Formats: sequence, C-alpha cells, structure tokens
Amino acid sequence: MQAAYVARRFGVFLLIVWLAASLNFFLPRLSGQDPVRTKLLQQAALGGYVQGGIDEMTREYERQFGLDKPLWRQYLTYLDGVAHLDFNYSIANYPRRVSELIADALPWTLGLLGTTTLLSFAIGSFLGALLAWPGAPRWMRWLMPPLWALHAIPFFLLGLILTYLLAFQIPLLPIFGGYSAGAVPTFSWRFITDVLQHALLPALSIILVATGGWALGMRGMMVTTMGEDYVTFAEAKGLKAPTVFLRYCLRNAILPQVTALALALGQILSGAVLVEVIFGYPGIGTLLFQAIRENDHFVIQGVVFTVIVALGFTTFVLDVIYPWLDPRISYRRT
Amino acid sequence: MRGILRYFRRNPSLMLGIALLASLALFVVIGGMMVDIEDARPLSAPTLRAPSWDYPFGTDRQGRDLLAVMIAGTPLTLRIGFIAGFLGVGIGTVLAFIAAYYRGALDTVIRGVADIGLTVPGLLVLIIIAVSLKGTLTVNQMAIVVASLAWLYPTRTIRAQVLSLRERGYVEVARLSGMSGPAIIFFELMPNLLPYLAATLVNAVSAAILASIGLEVLGLGPIDAPTLGMTLYWVNFNAAMINGWWWWWAAPTVIIVTVFLGLFFLTVGLDEIANPRLRRSA
Amino acid sequence: MTRPVLRVEGLSVAFDHPLGKVQAVDDVSFALMPGERFGLAGESGSGKSTLALSILRLIKPPGHIEAGSVWLDDARIAHLDDNGIRQLRLAGIALVPQGSMNSLNPVLRIGGQIADAFADHGLRLGYRQEQRRIAALLDAVGLPASVARMYPHELSGGMKQRACIAVAISLRPKVIIADEPTSALDVVVQRQVMATLARVQQELGAAVILVGHDMGLMAQFVDRLGIMYAGRLVEVAPIADIIARPRHPYTRALIAALPSLEQRGVLAGIPGLAPSLRELPSGCAFHPRCALATDRCRTKRPALRDIAGAQIACHLA
Repeated sequence: MQAAYVARRFGVFLLIVWLAASLNFFLPRLSGQDPVRTKLLQQAALGGYVQGGIDEMTREYERQFGLDKPLWRQYLTYLDGVAHLDFNYSIANYPRRVSELIADALPWTLGLLGTTTLLSFAIGSFLGALLAWPGAPRWMRWLMPPLWALHAIPFFLLGLILTYLLAFQIPLLPIFGGYSAGAVPTFSWRFITDVLQHALLPALSIILVATGGWALGMRGMMVTTMGEDYVTFAEAKGLKAPTVFLRYCLRNAILPQVTALALALGQILSGAVLVEVIFGYPGIGTLLFQAIRENDHFVIQGVVFTVIVALGFTTFVLDVIYPWLDPRISYRRT
Repeated sequence: MRGILRYFRRNPSLMLGIALLASLALFVVIGGMMVDIEDARPLSAPTLRAPSWDYPFGTDRQGRDLLAVMIAGTPLTLRIGFIAGFLGVGIGTVLAFIAAYYRGALDTVIRGVADIGLTVPGLLVLIIIAVSLKGTLTVNQMAIVVASLAWLYPTRTIRAQVLSLRERGYVEVARLSGMSGPAIIFFELMPNLLPYLAATLVNAVSAAILASIGLEVLGLGPIDAPTLGMTLYWVNFNAAMINGWWWWWAAPTVIIVTVFLGLFFLTVGLDEIANPRLRRSA
Repeated sequence: MTRPVLRVEGLSVAFDHPLGKVQAVDDVSFALMPGERFGLAGESGSGKSTLALSILRLIKPPGHIEAGSVWLDDARIAHLDDNGIRQLRLAGIALVPQGSMNSLNPVLRIGGQIADAFADHGLRLGYRQEQRRIAALLDAVGLPASVARMYPHELSGGMKQRACIAVAISLRPKVIIADEPTSALDVVVQRQVMATLARVQQELGAAVILVGHDMGLMAQFVDRLGIMYAGRLVEVAPIADIIARPRHPYTRALIAALPSLEQRGVLAGIPGLAPSLRELPSGCAFHPRCALATDRCRTKRPALRDIAGAQIACHLA
C-alpha cells in the first residue's frame, strides 16, 4: 500500500522528466525548422568559428538527429541521448561537454539555494508562528512592516541594493563571483572562508526576501489554527503555553506551509537564477545567462532540463514526506 | 465620498496600494508632458552623466536620458504585465469554470496539466520559448509569451473556489429550476467570485511583470525597447555597479520596487474584501 | 450539611463588540455539591457554554469576566495566577468538550494527547507506567487499549467523545464540566456516551455540570437542573420538580413545548424570539414573551430567590 503510493508519485516524476525532454525537443522546432541545426550548418559552411570544432559538433548532431530521418525517429534518438545524460558538446566552450559544465555549476547552486531555502523557511515559519502568538514579546510586532515590504520585491533587486550598500559604499563584502579571482578551488580553510564571504550577499538577498513571505504565510495559518477546537481543549487540559504553541498550533499550521513550499520551489529557483546573474555567482544561473548570450543552445537545453528534473525530484520527495507529517493523508489515496 | 474614506481607514493596505500605483501613474503622465520621450533613445544626451538639473535621473552609457527612459519604459513594462495577466486570468477562468463545473475527464485533464505545469519553473520554460523564436521579441510578443504560462496558477486557484461554491444551496436551486450550465456559471457563480477574481488578477499581473523583467534582465527581451528590465540588463552588461554609475540602476530599482509594493498591497487589500475572515484580527 | 465543592457567585461575562457590549452571562450564582449531577439548560445563545468556559477562565478577548467569583472547595479561583489556574484545569476541574469532531489534535495519537497532560501537571511517569495508566483510562470509558496508538480520524464520533472523557478523568478531578458532549451524535451512541460519563463520575465521586439543550437527556441524567435565559439563571430545581411542576414561565413554556409520545396535537412553541444579548430588555429579560408580564416585570429585574426547595427568578413565583 505504501509502495503503490510511492510508485505513483515516482510515475508523476518520470512524466515530468519526459515532458521536460520533449519540451526541449519540440519547442526549438516550433518555427518550422530547428534553429540549432541551422546555426550549426551555417557555421560549418563558413568554415568554423573562432572556437573550432564546429564540424565535430555538426557531425554529432547529424548523427543524433539525421538530415532526412523522420521526426519521430529523431525524437526517439534524442530521448535515448537524454536518458544517458548526453547533451552534446557546448557550442561556445568546445570541447567541453554540456554535462561537464552543468556538473561544475550545479553544486554551487545547490549549496546556495538549498541552504537559503531551508534557512528562510525555518526562520520565517517560526517567526511567523511567534508573531501570531499573543504571548510573544511585544517588540516583535515591529518586525512585521519591514518583512512585508521586503518580501514583495524580487530577490535580485534586493541583491542590487545590498551590493551597493555593503560591497560598494562600505567595502565589506565582495561584489561578485563565487570566489576571489585567481584563487584555486581546494578544500582548504582559506578557500572555504573565501567562498562563504562571496556567498553571503547572494544568500542574504534571498533569505531576507523569502523569510518575510514564509513568516506572513505562517502567521495566517497560525491564526486559523489557534481558533480551532482542539486548541481550546488543549488549554482546558491545563497544558503549558509552550506545549500548546508547539504541539498543537505550530505542528498543525506547518502542514499547509510545507505544501506551499512544494509549490513555491519553481518560483524560488527562478528568482535564484536572476540573483546568480546579478552577482556573477558560478552556478547554473550564470551558466544559463552566458549560454543565452552566446547562443549556446545545447547548454540552454541541458540546463533547463536539469533544473526541471531536479525540481520534479524535490517535489517527489516532499510528496512522499507529506503523509508522514499529516497522518490524515493516507498513503492509499492519491 | 466619506464612505469611501472610512473604508480606506479600515483597509489601509488597499489605500496604500492604490496610492503607490497612482503616484506611479502620475509620474508617467506628468513626466510625459514635460519630457521628450525621444530622449529615451540612445545618443540623445551626453553619456554617463550623474543626476543634475538638466538630467534629473542622469544618463547611461549609450546616451539615453534616464528620466525619459523611466517615463517611456514604465508603461511598457506595465503593459506587458497587464496583457499577460489579463490573458492569463481570462483563459484561466474559462478553464477553471469548465473543469470545476463539468468535472469528469475534462477536469482531470485540465487539473493535471495545471499541476504539472506549476512544478516546472516558469522562467525556464519562458527562456526556452524566447530562445526558440526567431529574432528578438517585440513588447507585445513578449506579453503573449508570458501569457502562455500565466494561466496555470489562476486556473488552479479559481477552480478550487468554484468547486467550493458549486456545492452551495443556490447553485442546486438554479440547477433544479432548469438553468443551463453556462447560465449558472454566468449569473450565479461569477458574481460571487468577482472579488476573488480581482485579487487573482492583480496577483497574475504582478507575476507577469516579474516574469517579463526576469526575461529582460537575461537579455531575452525586446532589445530596443527602454523597458525597466532591459535597463537593468544594460546595467549588468556594462558593470554599472563596479563603475560607480549608481544612478543607472537606482532609477529602475526604485520604480520596480514601487510597482511590486503597490501591487502587493493592492492584493492584500482585495483579499480582505474577498475573504472577510481575514479582516484585521489581533 | 456538606459544603459545596464548587460555588459560583455573581459571575458576569461580557464581550466587547464595536456595536455594543454583549452581556453573555449576567450575574449567575449557583452551588454544586460533591458527587452531584447538575444540568445547565437553555437555548442556543443563552450563555451556558460561555458560563462553563468562564469557570475555567478560558474566555479569550474580546470576552472578559466582568464580575463575580468562583470557589473550588473554598479556594477562590480568581486569586490564582496563570500557572495556578493552569494547574487547576484538568486536575481540579475538567472539561469534556463539545463537538468531539474537532476537539482532538489531528496529528497526534490519542495516547499522546492523554499523556501530555501528565507531563505538564508535574507527573513524572516511566514509559510502562504511563502506558498502563492510559490503558486503564481507556478501559474505564469502554475503549480498547489499541486506541492509544490511533489518530483521531481513525475513530468514530462516539469513540472520540469517549476519548475526550478519558482525558477529562485522567487526573481525577473533583468537578467535570461536560459541554454538550452528545450534540453531534446519534441517539444510540448518545446513550453509550452518557452511560460512560455516569459510570466514571460515580467511580471518581466527582460532581458533573452537564451543559446542553436536550431536556430529555437532562431528565435522564441530572439530579438538579438550572435553566438559563438571555445569560441569566431563571430557575434551579430538582429535575423531577422541573418536569412535573415548572414554576418560572419560561420553564413552563419549555416543558410544554416538549412533544409527547402519548398525546397528539399541535406543537406548542414560545412566541417571539430570544433577545439580542447586546440589547437586553429592561427588568425581566423574558417579559416581552411572557403572557403573565406585569409592569413590575418590565421595570425591575427579578432576583434569584429560594422558594420551597428551588430557586426562581420571577416576580410572580
């Protein structure tokens, strides 16, 4: 019974993967022909780029998709390639392959996004819960307006403002990059602190904005929860205030918050991409940005696909965790 | 008149939202009368001047008068948002009503598509679409591109609302008295949903503006248009921050913040009308 | 003569509303003897639930206790600080809530919801001891021990209500306040639940205040009944007397309105509507609907007086 639920959810995940791959295949051909192929052929005819290797790439592309092969054949070959995580070479960075580039950039994004999302969710939810609780200290009410104001603006805008204030006016933190130019990525303490310093501003831009959103949502949830009968009964049982707050109110209010998290992942990621671009942070956001600038279609497709799959997987994980949090959702139902 | 003012005191968010958006509108209208829009084009002014009496917002590297850019660009950005938002909510409402009212296979399909579509990060799909289209986009084309995804969220939320309304007594009565499906939708369900639809619309516009600015910052927007997002693209392209040309990014930032704050407060205000239970407790 | 275990004197509870003050409970006094079953009946909005909650000081803003005091065994509750009243809840006076639909936390197991009261009342039990105690409590209300591991949504309405009773008796209180414990249940389950309540109450020797509006239920369960109208107590008498010889005009109208299995005829109602608690009539609150109203009734509010073994608030008694 539990296995059936997990299997069903996994099925949805596979569906998303397939959709993402198909998106990448069909959208470029919307205009009637394949811009990638056209461009490659163009370059090959012109005798190559500055970077060279165009003939290589064209040949591989032809191999994969074929000049005259029917569309469905091309589609199947493409899906086969995707299953092997083969996205061809990067047009702009030949001879590096797309999967390499993504593998390099992904950990940076995961690190930044993972920590900031978890932190802002945890801090924001707890803060929001406290803000709804009448027993909370008075001064906390003053946190509300700034949180409200902040959470409505996009991450990267706050990034700009923070950069100006903390990196430019007061040269406290580095302006951009993942680590200082010329530094060699190693696992030394010095490098790690360097990385953390560079990550601070991007992380702050995300955390300050996102926390407000989670806090507001949680506060609303808490107000609803506190009006429930079981909270009145909890107090009638003579439970201590912290017990009622944590076990009865927060524990119930967090459920819709987790659902909201699952739904917001796409948005958070989009925002993070822009933050990376503004800060030149070496994650997939910047990779994507450069690829767009250089018309590197293979990288663009590879990144978009990777991101969609990653998000699909995270949603899948959250879906499986949810019944564990809320015993009313049985594994049996969809 | 006094009634309206009294309501504003009870619903300060609505008042604040309208005030912010109104001041922006004033800025554009009055500014449009005082400044020559042509100055928003490159080579209209000496480059890289800090704000002064002649050029209150300064100029950028291509010689655009930033004040003119803001006056010309704000309506463009807002237009994209409005077109995409309206289209999105329009399509979304139709789909939501069909799904929620007729149920069955239609509902499953519509809901399935919306759900899966929402797990995918919108910006990325927009990027793929924008990159796949030939040439660069015009402002209106960009609106259509953004609209292609803007209907997902409204469909889902409006569907949920209609589902809950559908079971109410007056719908049953209408059905039993022989009213046709579409008639029930128009005359019974729709009027009760209006406040909610309004809140969803503002939300959709806000999201659409965000998406369009995102695309523009990445360089996928209408390259010649002086929109807010494109200005930021040039800011990034020319490393304006490092070079100390603060006025270049300050102007669009302030305006974008105003837009989003205004829309946000408007949404909160509309939410209070739509859902009386949310009215200021605590 | 034994002393009352619970004494309420002059209790008044009001809610602040922008359109005016709502007087939910107006100068209510009564005494409860140890082991006695006392019923509190009235229409919806008569203030009985508010009264029950206010005894435990569970009224939240914008409601507040305006005046009056409550004594539990000679200890004045109003004097207790927040921690004191918290300790008193469940251990001294326990609430069996209404609408067992939603009185149990949906994400915690039943056993856990019984046990968390132990910890917060200073009871340190070993795991096995605790489990045994929970099983014993569940057994006392007629539930199998396996219920402890279940979640509320896995139980039926009657089972949930009995689980609430189990919680209420877990610390052997002196007074149990049951607030409409059977309102959402069908008659068969109602009987089960009331039988359970009667049994545990006798085992504990606790006094019970049963709040409700089902006169049939009251007739079968309570020793004495108090009738509330518009936030005021209008009659208190032994249950047999109330049914056979109601003295207050409102009580008489209530009893007359009860359908009978033997006779057939037109159902008698009470003309008019219960007054808004924001704008109570002057004098006696019932006078607009009372066929016997005199001028005195319209101007002077009748006090609750002792008359022949009962208490009545009527000028004409």
